[in-house]
Order: sequence, then structure tokens, then C-alpha cells
Amino acid sequence: MNEQSRKNSKVTIALAGNPNAGKTTLFNSLTGLKQKIANYPGVTVERKSGIWKLGDITTNLVDLPGLYSLEATSLDEQISRDVLTGSLNGSPKPDAIVAVVDATNLERNLYLVTQLFEYGIPVVVALTMIDVFEKQKHQIDVPKLSALLKTPVVEVNAKSGRGKEELAELITEAIGSTEPIPFNLNGKNGSGKIFARYNFISDVVQQTVKHNDLEAHYISEKIDGILTHKVFGLMILVAILLLVFQAIFSWATLPMDLLEQGFGTLGKIVRSQMSEGILTDLLIDGIIAGVGGVLIFLPQILLLFLFISILEDTGYLARAAFLLDRLMSRVGLHGKAFLPLMSSFACAIPGIMATRTIENRRDRFATIMIAPLMSCSARLPVYTLMIAAFFAGQTVFGFLSLGAILMLAMYSLGIIAAIIVAFVLKRTILKAPAPPFIMELPPYRLPNVRTILQNVFARAGLFVKRAGTVILAISIVLWALMYFPRTPTNDVVSVPSTVAGDLVQQTQAAEIVSVQLETPNSELETNSRQLQNSYAGRLGHFIEPVIQPLGFDWKIGVALIASFAAREVLVSTLSIIYNVGKDENEESETLISALRGAKKPDGSLVWTPLTAMTLMVFFVLAMQCMSTVAVVRRETNSWRWTMFMVGYMTILAYAAAFVTYQGGRLLGFA
Amino acid sequence: MYMTLSKLPAGVNAKVTAINGEGAVSRRLMEMGIVPGVSVRLVKSAPFGDPIEVRILGYSLAIRKNEADSVEVELLDTTELLVTG
Repeated sequence: MNEQSRKNSKVTIALAGNPNAGKTTLFNSLTGLKQKIANYPGVTVERKSGIWKLGDITTNLVDLPGLYSLEATSLDEQISRDVLTGSLNGSPKPDAIVAVVDATNLERNLYLVTQLFEYGIPVVVALTMIDVFEKQKHQIDVPKLSALLKTPVVEVNAKSGRGKEELAELITEAIGSTEPIPFNLNGKNGSGKIFARYNFISDVVQQTVKHNDLEAHYISEKIDGILTHKVFGLMILVAILLLVFQAIFSWATLPMDLLEQGFGTLGKIVRSQMSEGILTDLLIDGIIAGVGGVLIFLPQILLLFLFISILEDTGYLARAAFLLDRLMSRVGLHGKAFLPLMSSFACAIPGIMATRTIENRRDRFATIMIAPLMSCSARLPVYTLMIAAFFAGQTVFGFLSLGAILMLAMYSLGIIAAIIVAFVLKRTILKAPAPPFIMELPPYRLPNVRTILQNVFARAGLFVKRAGTVILAISIVLWALMYFPRTPTNDVVSVPSTVAGDLVQQTQAAEIVSVQLETPNSELETNSRQLQNSYAGRLGHFIEPVIQPLGFDWKIGVALIASFAAREVLVSTLSIIYNVGKDENEESETLISALRGAKKPDGSLVWTPLTAMTLMVFFVLAMQCMSTVAVVRRETNSWRWTMFMVGYMTILAYAAAFVTYQGGRLLGFA
Repeated sequence: MYMTLSKLPAGVNAKVTAINGEGAVSRRLMEMGIVPGVSVRLVKSAPFGDPIEVRILGYSLAIRKNEADSVEVELLDTTELLVTG
């Protein structure tokens, strides 16, 4: 390495390798930075970088998504290739490449290395999984391998630190050097090139590796004897899914309740410490209630990510895709869509981001379009409230809880709708020949606790970040819509109904300065009047004609509008509308009895079991989540697709709710 | 004895002789190591008959029968049909 490049502080080194080669573990070990690793091919999608000290030189080490070839077929591989060739904006061409090669899977791993040679960037090969390799009683001649590849090769073990210093020395020497290409591709093209590379590799491996012929180490194959068994495999998959959902919906309850109480207490403390005023209201009702309402889902999301990380890390998720591919391809989806769709049961956002591993753009878009139909955890409070208020304690056939059946029905409705939509999309606008399915089934590995925790917290961090940005902004807007214009608190005039002319009067009345209240009850009444006269309330009245065929009145309209920002907002909005105070949750007795007792101007009940059912059906299918819309826009890079998704889901939700309500009435339900 | 990889009975060792077809799919199959001369074994097929798991170059690869149709193989030893099949 010459003096000039030594002084240049911007030395970039790229870490490239096949998925599951141990690349990320090595990255963590070299930089000490947090990063995720997984067995599901191609999960590392974000480009991560860290500082790697090479003696007195500070280098920027870039961890690339795993890739099999520079002839990219997925978005992941495309990103990796673009970084390596320096064609990605804001990413300088690397000065050297550490090629991570899994010693237990040498031939296929070396294929990428033979491609890297052609870019003229110095390469150092880091051999990983060497402990497993030796345990399998194979032998490798590293100096000879290095000589044949005409490239430095070093055995590394991220856990013991073996080879780390040597790797640093070799890379330092390699920067600025030029390595000859150890084989000849002249006059070859297409498949000829591929064959020539594999011929070269086969030659190299034959001369350097002594394989232990006994294939007794096929532990993975033995495990697969059960886990991908024609019958047991599917049964185990179903059992695992049941366990995951059981965990999400029962184990997470306690921490969620605690968080909810915590945010309630925080609001009260802030209220007692600050003086009355708009700022205090904004802070408590807008920011703490809004952001807190979303953060209470964190335990569920952490648990889901924990399970997914374990399944990924052990190599099971690839098997799940293998088991389900046939079923999913019937509706035109790829087996790899399983992970994104499963994640979407917690939250569509990580689910949509996980679609990046699907190579084919049409398959990927079809998966993105249906991911929000999976009932996410934000719908749960809505289902819970409706069931608790209108279907509690009822049984079917004397022993099955009606609530549990309805809950299952709502989840199933989302899945069935997703299947139908995918089926239609793949035969119309996303029509394409059956997508190829070429997926490595990585060897089973014991999950690494540290890696899993890193992974879980990295993903949960994304969710918290979302709560701190998008949801914060939406909460403030929503709060303002419900807060302005102000209605005088001592106004005793009865609340008018939907007449637009009355609203003008309300606006004028709003100028009067608010007065301190005496009793909590009158405060609640004031809140209700305030809401009715607010911009949000007016919007509710405005859309009432549209939602009337669904059996919804303007108050439900307000809650619906609010819930288009985030579904879970419905519960807190209904609490405000029905005068029961903002701190009520979905199990609140006061909110439930208020819903049961609410009457229309003509004296009939607003809420019937049919209304509740209609509302649930609407929530299963409607696109009520601003953050998801933002993520879909980013991931599809298209407003048209984003708008298409919002549009089709809204139409679907309205149509299904209409059929539910009107059909229910025809059948004689109230 | 020649056949396509999709028709290969489970547990039998074979050798890849050719990959038919052009385009990204056959290229990817080749890049994953399914090139003429390498030995391949069909481990099993998934519950609904598709995809299949093949063992190649010491690792497991899942591909659909559709893709496996374009891979031609030659049985290495037909007696293995009785032993391991």
C-alpha cells in the first residue's frame, strides 16, 4: 500500500459473500457494530457499514446483502452488485473486497469469488465455518488454495477471533495492488463463462480439499426427515404458527396493559405539572395519547420478531417456504412470500420490507399489495372492543365461544381476501409466467442468542422510530382536527344534528374563551360537544351519507376518519365521542355500556351486533394506516401502486361492509 | 439411463448432463452449481409434490419441478434404485 492511499482517510472495504456464509458475524466481529444475521437466504437487506481499524488506517467496512452471483436477480443482489461496481449513488467503489467463503460449501461460495476477480478490485478470501468443516473431518490446504486462486486466503473464526489480525494485514497489503485473474474467460460468453468458472473451481477444490467421504454429518437431512415430512412437516408448521399467535395474543397482554397504564400515568403527571392550555392539551391528548397508543403494541411486535428471528436463524423459515410453495403458487405467490405475510400479522411494515428477497418484481408487488390484508395487531383492539360489547358470553352449540369464532373469522376473512386479490392480480395486471423458485435450504444451526437479540431490537427499533416520526405527526394533525375550532365549555345549548347551517354558529361560538369546569361529568359533555363541532366532527357529518348504507352514523364516521391514520385510534376516538373520557381502553366497561346505550335521534340504537360485525369487516379490509402507505410508496417507488392499494382496499372494505350490513338486515338481523 | 431431474427418483445419485433453455432461470440454476458433470441427488419432494429438494455440491437446493424439467441427468448406478430408493 502506498503512502498516498494511506493518507487518504476514505478507504472503503466491502464485505461480500453468499447468504448464510457467516458474513454478518464476521462483520460484527471486525467492527463491533450491531448487525443482523439470518439463515433465510437474503434477509440482510439494509446496507450496513462500520469502522474497521487496520493498524493506523481507519477504513469504512460495508456489509452487503448476501448474494450468489453478480448477475443479480433480486433487489438485494442488485444493491450488492451496484455497491461493488461503484454505481450506487453516494457509495464509492470499494478499495478492496473481503470475500466471505463458507468452507463447508466451498464450490458454490467460490463461484461469486471468481466473478469478483473480474472487477479489478483486490480480493482477500476469508474462510468461515472452519470449525464445522473440521468437525466434519474434512481437510483443506489453505496455502495451496491461495496459490491457485492467486489471492490471499485466511481462515477466520468470528467467535474465537482466529484469523482476524491476519485478515487485517492481508487486506492492508492488498489495497492498491492488482491481482491477476487466475483463469481464462477469453472467447467465452453466457453459459460458457459459468461452466469455465465452475471447471476452474472444481479443479481448485480437487487439489486442495480432502473430503471425508462418510456423509454421516447430514444432520440437517435427518432433521428434515421430520420437519419437511409430507405429513408431519405441515402439522409441525401449523403447530409452530399456533404457538406464535398464542404467544402474541396472550403472553403479550400483561406488558401491554402495563405500558398502557404507564402512558396514562405519564399523561396525568404531565397534566398535574403543567398549566392549562393548548400546549398541555397537545402534549397529553395529541402526543402522549397518540404515540403511546401505538407503542403499547411493542410487546406483541417484540415477541413476533423474536419468533421470526429464531425461525430464521435456525434455518426453519426456508423450510416453511419449501413446504408452502405449492399452495402459495396456486394463487400465484412465491414460497418466499410466506415470511412477509406472516410478519404482517404483527405489522404490515416489517412484512412489506421483507418482500425484498422476492426476486421477481411482479411477485414482490403482488405480495406487497396483499400484505396489509393480514390482520395486524392494531386491528386487535377494534375486534376486542366490538366482541366484548356485542358478542360477549355467547356460545355456539353450547360450548364454542362466539367471540373466539368471530375473532378467527376476521383473521380468516383477511386471508381469504388476500388469496382472492393475489389470484386476480396475478392473472391481470401482474400477469407473469410461474415465478422460478430456486432457494437454498441452509443447514440447520443452533440460534445464537446474541444475534437474535440484536436482530429483534434492530427491527423493534424501526417500529419505535416509526412511532416517533410518522405516527407523531399524524397524532398532532388528528389532535388539531378534533381540538379546533374551540367550543366554549359552558355552552348549554343542545347539540344540533347534521344541519350544516348550525356548524357556522358553532364556529362563531368557538371564539369565546373557555372556562374552568366543576365536575368531571360536565367535562365529558364538553368534550363530546367539542368533538362534534371540531373539524373532525364536521368531516364526520360530511361523510355520513356515504356511510349510512353501512349502518354507521356521523360519530362512527369521525372515528373512521381518525382510524385512517392508524386503526387502533378508533377505540380512543369512540371513547371521546361517547363521553367516557380518553383513558378508556377496549375492555372498558364504561365505553362498552355507552356503545350499547347510544341512540339515534329517532330513539333506535346506533350500535347493534350487526353494526359491530359490519365495522369489524370494514376494519379487516380497509387500508387504515398512514405508515403502511408511506412504506409501500417507498418500497414500490410508485405512487400509482400505492394509490392502487389504498383504492382497491377501500372499495373492497366498503363493498364487504355494505354486503354484511344490508345482507344482515335482509336476513332479519337488526 | 437419461432423464430430466424432475423425474429422478428420490435418493438416487445422478450426473448432470445438460441444462436446456435460455434466460435468467437457467442461468441462475447454472450459477447455483447445476452444471454438466456435477453429481446430483433428489432428496425429496415437498408435501404437495412440488418443489423438490436436491443435493448438489454438498448443499441443499429447493427448486420447482418446472425448473428441474430443464435439467437433464444421467443415472450413475441403477442398482441404487433398489438400495436407497
